[in-house]
Amino acid sequence: MGIRFDSVTVAYDGNVVLDSLDLTVGPGEVMALLGPSGSGKTTALRAVAGFVRPASGRVLLGGRDVTDLPPYRRGIGMVVQQYALFPHLRVDDNVAFGLKARRSPKVSRSGIRQRVAEALEMTGMAAYARRHPRELSGGQQQRVAIARALAIRPDVLLLDEPLSALDAQLRSGMLAELARLHRELPDVSMLYVTHDQVEALTLADRIAVMDKARLQACGTPRELYRAPANEFTASFVGNANLLPVTVGAGGVGFAGTELKVDTADAVAGARATLCVRPHLVGLGEGPNRLAGVVREIQWRGATHRLYVEVDGHAVMADVRELKDPPRHGDPVSLHFAPDDAVLLPAGMSHG
Amino acid sequence: MLVHSRKARWAVWAVFLVLFLPLFALPLLVVLGASFATHWSGVLPSHLTTANYRSATRGEALQALTTSLLTAITASLLALTVGTWAALAGAALRKRYRRLLDALFVLPVAVPSVVVGLSVLVAFSQPPMLLNGTRWIVIVAHTVLVTAFAHQSVSAAITRLDPAYEQAAASLGARPSYVLWRVRLPLLLPSLTAAAGLCFALSMGELSATMMLYPPDWTPLPVLVYAATDRGALFTGSAVAVVLMTATLLVLFAVSRVRTRASYR
Repeated sequence: MGIRFDSVTVAYDGNVVLDSLDLTVGPGEVMALLGPSGSGKTTALRAVAGFVRPASGRVLLGGRDVTDLPPYRRGIGMVVQQYALFPHLRVDDNVAFGLKARRSPKVSRSGIRQRVAEALEMTGMAAYARRHPRELSGGQQQRVAIARALAIRPDVLLLDEPLSALDAQLRSGMLAELARLHRELPDVSMLYVTHDQVEALTLADRIAVMDKARLQACGTPRELYRAPANEFTASFVGNANLLPVTVGAGGVGFAGTELKVDTADAVAGARATLCVRPHLVGLGEGPNRLAGVVREIQWRGATHRLYVEVDGHAVMADVRELKDPPRHGDPVSLHFAPDDAVLLPAGMSHG
Repeated sequence: MLVHSRKARWAVWAVFLVLFLPLFALPLLVVLGASFATHWSGVLPSHLTTANYRSATRGEALQALTTSLLTAITASLLALTVGTWAALAGAALRKRYRRLLDALFVLPVAVPSVVVGLSVLVAFSQPPMLLNGTRWIVIVAHTVLVTAFAHQSVSAAITRLDPAYEQAAASLGARPSYVLWRVRLPLLLPSLTAAAGLCFALSMGELSATMMLYPPDWTPLPVLVYAATDRGALFTGSAVAVVLMTATLLVLFAVSRVRTRASYR
C-alpha cells in the first residue's frame, strides 16, 4: 500500500510548518524524509499517522483518503525515537497490544500468541518476552517497539528518528537490521524520518529532502548525491564544496582560474554555484587545478581533511591518509576531474 | 541536601530539629502521653493507665470509628471517580475552559469549610433532595470538600503523562476507550492512589463542615474528640484522637504499599 501526500499543508496557530507537500511513496518503497529539525519532516509523518490534521490537502493510503480518519482507523505501524513502550506491560504484552486492541475476529487467542512470537523472533527479542521494558537496554527497547509495530502486519510503517537515541555503534547494527527487515517484508512501505544522511543513504530507495517546511528535492540516493538539484540538497546529502562561479564558454570561472566542467544549458555570463564533493578533490597537480594555502588540517585516521583557502574561499579536500601531510600555511595545489563537479543555479536556496 | 561540610550539616540538622520537634512532633507526643494518663500536673503525665483506650475502642467510640472509616472511604472513592473523570475531560478541553473547570473544582477549598457545610445543609434540607438527617449528607459534604484535591493531583499527573504512549496505542489501532483503560489509567495509577490517600486522610480529620450537619446516628470520630475535650475529658479525648490517628496512618500505609507496587519507573 502506498502513501500519497496531495498538497498537504499543516499550520499551528497560523504558523505554517508544512507547506503544500506533494509526495508519493510507492508500495513496498522505503522513503526517507531527510532534513534539519524544524524542516517539517516529522509533521509530514504525523499527518500520515493522523496526529496532526492538515489545514488543507489530502493524505491517501493505498488510494483511500484517510485525511479525516482518526489514528486508530488507519492501520499503520509506527516507531518513535523514544520507543514509547508501555512501561506497565511486559514485552510480549506490549507486542500483543495492537492485536488485542483491534479484537479482530480473524485472530484467535492462540493466533495472537503465535504472531507475537513471530514478531519477537523477527527482531531477535524472543528471549526477552517476559521482561519489563525498563529491564532492557535502549537498542533492545527499540527492537521491541519495532516488533510491536510489525505484529499488526501493517502495510505502512512509519519510523520517526528510530535510531537517534542509540549510540553510534548500535545505530549501524540497527541500520543493518532495518535493511534486513525490509528485505523480509518487501510489501511494507516505509516512511523514515531522519536528520542523519547516512541512515537515509543506506536505507532509502528514495530520499525526500525537506527544509523550511518545504520539499527541496526528491530522488534516489545516487541521484541526490551525484547530481543534487540545489545548494541545500548538495550540502545536506553528503558534504560539499559550494563555490561561487561565473559561467563561461565550456567551463566556469572561479577565483581568476578557468575550470573545465559540464555547463549543460547554463547561460554564459550567469552566476552559478559549483558543487564538488570533498573526497573527489585530489592533492597535487592535475586538471582543474586550484592553488591555495592550507588553513586547517584534520587527521581522521583513514583520511586527512584539508581546509585550503583559495582566493578567500575555503575548499575542503578529503584525501587518503598522507605519509607526509602539509603543514598549516603551506601552499598546495588541488584538482578535480571535470565530470566530478555539478553546476547548480545560484541563489536557489541558502541552507 | 546540598551541604558538604560536616559542621554545616550538623547546623542544618540542629535547625531542623529545633523547628520540627516543637512544631510537629511534640504536640503529637503530648497527645500520645495524655492518652495513657489520668493526671498531668508536672512535667510528665502521671497515674498511667490504659483505661482511656478501653473506652476509646468500644461502644460509642467504636461506632464513631466505623462511621469515620465508612465516610472517608466512600467520600474518597466518590471524589477520586469524579475528580479523575473531570481531570480527564478537562485535559481534552481548550486552555481557557480548562482553567474555568479547575477554578470550579478548587472553589470548595477556597471557601471556608464551615460555609461549605452550611451550604450543603441548606441545599439538601428541602425535598426533592432531602438528605438532612441521613448519613449521606455527611458523605456528600466530605466528597465536595476532598474532590478538589483528587482533581488537582490527577490533572497534574495527566499533564505529566507523555502523549507518546497514547499515540503509540492509537497507531496500533486502539480506540480512545481502550487507550483509557489499558494505557492511561494504569500509567496514572500511582497518582490515583496518592490522591485517594490524601482524600481519605482529609476526610478522616474533617470537623468544621461535619459539625454543621452530622445526624445523631452518624457521628464521625473527630466530632467525638471535640465533644470529649469540650466537656473536659481531656485524657479520654486524647485516647480517641490517638485511635483516629492510628487508623488513618494504617490505611495510608496500606495505600502506599499499593502505590509502590504500581510505580513502574
